[in-house]
Amino acid sequence: MTGRIHSFESFGTVDGPGIRYVIFLQGCPLRCKYCHNPDTWKSGGKEYTAEEVCALALRYRKYFGERGGVTVTGGEPLLQIDFVIELFKLLKAQGVHTCVDTSGYMFNPDNLDSVRKHEELVKVTDLFLLDVKHVDDERHIELTGKTNKNTLAFAKFLNERNRPIWIRHVLVPEWTDDDKALERLKAFIDGLSCVEKVEVLPYHTMGAVKYENLGYDYPLKGVEPPTKERVQNAKQILGVSKPL
Amino acid sequence: MMQYKGWEGFVPGKWSNDEVDVRDFIQHNYTPYEGDATFLAPATDATKKLWEIVCDLSKKEREAGGVLNADTKIISTLTSHGAGYLDKDLEKIVGVQTDEPFKRSLQPFGGIRISESALQIYGYEIDSEVKEIFTKYRKTHNEGVFDAYTPEMRAARSAHILTGLPDGYGRGRIIGDYRRVALYGIDYLVQKKEEDKLLMSGEMTPDKVRDREEVSEQIKALKALKAMAASYGCDISKPATTAQEAIQALYFGYLGAIKDQNGAAMSIGRNSTFLDIYIERDLKNGVITEEQAQEFIDHFVMKLRIVKFMRTKEYNELFSGDPTWVTESIGGMGVDGRTLVTKTAFRILHTLDNLGPAPEPNLTVLWSKRLPVAFKRFCADLSIRTSSIQYESDELMRAQMGDDYAIACCVSCMKVGKDMQFFGARANLAKCLLYAINGGKDEMMKDKKTGKPMQVSPEFVPITSNDALDFNEVTAKFENMMKWLAELYVNTLNVIHYMHDKYCYEALEMALHDTKVGRFFATGIAGLSCAADSLSAIKYAKVYPIRNEDGIVVDFRIEGEFPKYGNNDDRADELAVWLLKTFMREVKKHYTYRGSIPTTSILTITSNVVYGKKTGNTPDGRKAGTPLAPGANPMHGRDCNGALASLESVAKLPYEYSRDGISNTFSITPGSLGKDD
Repeated sequence: MTGRIHSFESFGTVDGPGIRYVIFLQGCPLRCKYCHNPDTWKSGGKEYTAEEVCALALRYRKYFGERGGVTVTGGEPLLQIDFVIELFKLLKAQGVHTCVDTSGYMFNPDNLDSVRKHEELVKVTDLFLLDVKHVDDERHIELTGKTNKNTLAFAKFLNERNRPIWIRHVLVPEWTDDDKALERLKAFIDGLSCVEKVEVLPYHTMGAVKYENLGYDYPLKGVEPPTKERVQNAKQILGVSKPL
Repeated sequence: MMQYKGWEGFVPGKWSNDEVDVRDFIQHNYTPYEGDATFLAPATDATKKLWEIVCDLSKKEREAGGVLNADTKIISTLTSHGAGYLDKDLEKIVGVQTDEPFKRSLQPFGGIRISESALQIYGYEIDSEVKEIFTKYRKTHNEGVFDAYTPEMRAARSAHILTGLPDGYGRGRIIGDYRRVALYGIDYLVQKKEEDKLLMSGEMTPDKVRDREEVSEQIKALKALKAMAASYGCDISKPATTAQEAIQALYFGYLGAIKDQNGAAMSIGRNSTFLDIYIERDLKNGVITEEQAQEFIDHFVMKLRIVKFMRTKEYNELFSGDPTWVTESIGGMGVDGRTLVTKTAFRILHTLDNLGPAPEPNLTVLWSKRLPVAFKRFCADLSIRTSSIQYESDELMRAQMGDDYAIACCVSCMKVGKDMQFFGARANLAKCLLYAINGGKDEMMKDKKTGKPMQVSPEFVPITSNDALDFNEVTAKFENMMKWLAELYVNTLNVIHYMHDKYCYEALEMALHDTKVGRFFATGIAGLSCAADSLSAIKYAKVYPIRNEDGIVVDFRIEGEFPKYGNNDDRADELAVWLLKTFMREVKKHYTYRGSIPTTSILTITSNVVYGKKTGNTPDGRKAGTPLAPGANPMHGRDCNGALASLESVAKLPYEYSRDGISNTFSITPGSLGKDD
């Protein structure tokens, strides 16, 4: 089994706990306007077998400590769910902490095959970083080109199976930092008992240059990163940090 | 057994029994500290006022174009100048290089032309009599070297395949054991040297004559140091009796060294654990308070911050500024398992708070996983706030050097007072590879007479085909060229150090070493990653040579991808390892001056920029004139698997082959170390 891989980061410190080997898988069904990895959208990448990737990751094992491990992200890693399952099986056999950073879009509750695959994934995944890009479906479609129904369903699916979740929310001025929407997102999160952490990720413009290199238009031209106050506000609403 | 007032309260041992053994003194008397930083005291009013004076002088110095005042007439020796002060009434630790702070001294023994041109750049003119003396009557190191250089050495030097050679400036890198001045006092040290000299008898071979002359010079230097201290009203003939006296005596030792030598790196050693013993004794006896202890350390460190040398513009370009490399090595673990961290390790680092961040002294923490947690936290916190601490692996170095070594410059370790080194700059391996391809003709320099490319090495057979370069052919030629370069390099350094000993001998620093001293012959490598990537390109991609009208390969066309050093990819990394091992093996084949042990280093921290300027297009796609990577770093932007992959590549370089140190310059933003919440 091979996976299509965009790149590796040997010193990942922001995608899950501890020091992590982060694997960026190629390809994504979403087209989030704020995406900072547009170079992972299309198919392509370099093919590696699960064994090869596992061996690469294990070279950094001594840095993982008690909390670190391996995170797969992308792109949308679950576009290649079979590969992720096989890779994680190998890593779990070695006792490595595994983590998926996903939009949950690939989870289709009405498709038995999809459910079965995700069921299998859950067994070998220690932590899910679930990106909820917008709690309202209409805005989600505007922002990413796709529905959020799968994402929300996946959250409940994980919750029912008692899997630890970190909810991630990218805060984009004008798009995702509306107080009311944040409150609705909070209400949704409150309905889940397995959420260990909520992360507010402030939108940044470091991806803009990639769009230029790829010859794409930058969809959020003119949108500035959120102010500290707005980030703090979102964190408060979502219950990340306590009111000052 | 000798008994001195200064030794009261100390546990005796070998150190106090007719020997000079500072490590033994430390081991018998120091108090490891596992606690946190809450005991530390802030800057006193006197400290603040003095630091204001320093800041004001620094500002004036900048406004004056880099030099505030310079001596043009008096040749710097230990006793050449009277006492100088920032503010005599406030200073707890005294002594500056000349008779006033920020006035640079005249140190022409390395080379009169360099002294002259350094003065000229800043608008000063050297005294005509001094110039006459050092041209007509007193030979300098620089003149000696050029008298003995062969044409080939000169050519390699002008082509910059050998670069930064200490043939016109002080070689530095020698760390006197300045602690000896405090622990034993000058009279005892003189007596010991006299005893050593008595043993040098029998057949007067040239070596023995030289040894006797040198020890005599050392004894004179020690006596001069005593006189220098006396000019500040201090008597250092006997062991120091208080912490203040100990710090003062130690600093006088160092001050004597920098008055005597304008060395490329004038490092101070490993002093915090030693000084802590004196501070602890005074605290215990109620002689001083913590505030006073900190004040002594603050004033001491303040002096180390205003060490100044007169240097040329080219020199400053080579080193990107005017570094003095007053490296102080801190902490580490003892071989018996106890930590060598004491409260004074905290106090010295605390100067970064009390006086603010600064690049000098170069505070270097000898890092071990086993250091006390509170100390590690303290260092991390200070690093985050000040970016002013250097870290080095105590685990690696202790295994080779024991637990009383110190760092000279940035990474060169030596046992304090036991080892010295002959600093030897570096050879440019990236350029050496180009010589292999072009049969030793320089890719940039023309022969002035013929206008044709300069033949620097003997005429080796160049690569004549215009097909893609063949890896086996290139490496065979490269090995031959490294053979030539290593031999020439070692011989060039043999000339340099012979002359430095002869005309610019570090009498005081060597007086503070054991007479039977261990010597390292420190070579160095520049352009390691560029050469490794170039070999990788030739091996894994197709690299076609492009020639100029003289048939010299001046550029390359690369087809295809190749693995690059810095990605934890063995295919590329093993080429870097091969380069290091091959070069070092060649270096080791040759006679090295005074039985010194050959070592090498990979540590061009700033000069990589200048070396790059003199290196043509390379097969890895690097353009002519652009910088090589610093030290053992991957080439800029080529490590694309994150920090650990990059560091793992560097870590594959075997330290046993690069005992003088491997450096990797690594910047990281706090955000990429993780999140706060």
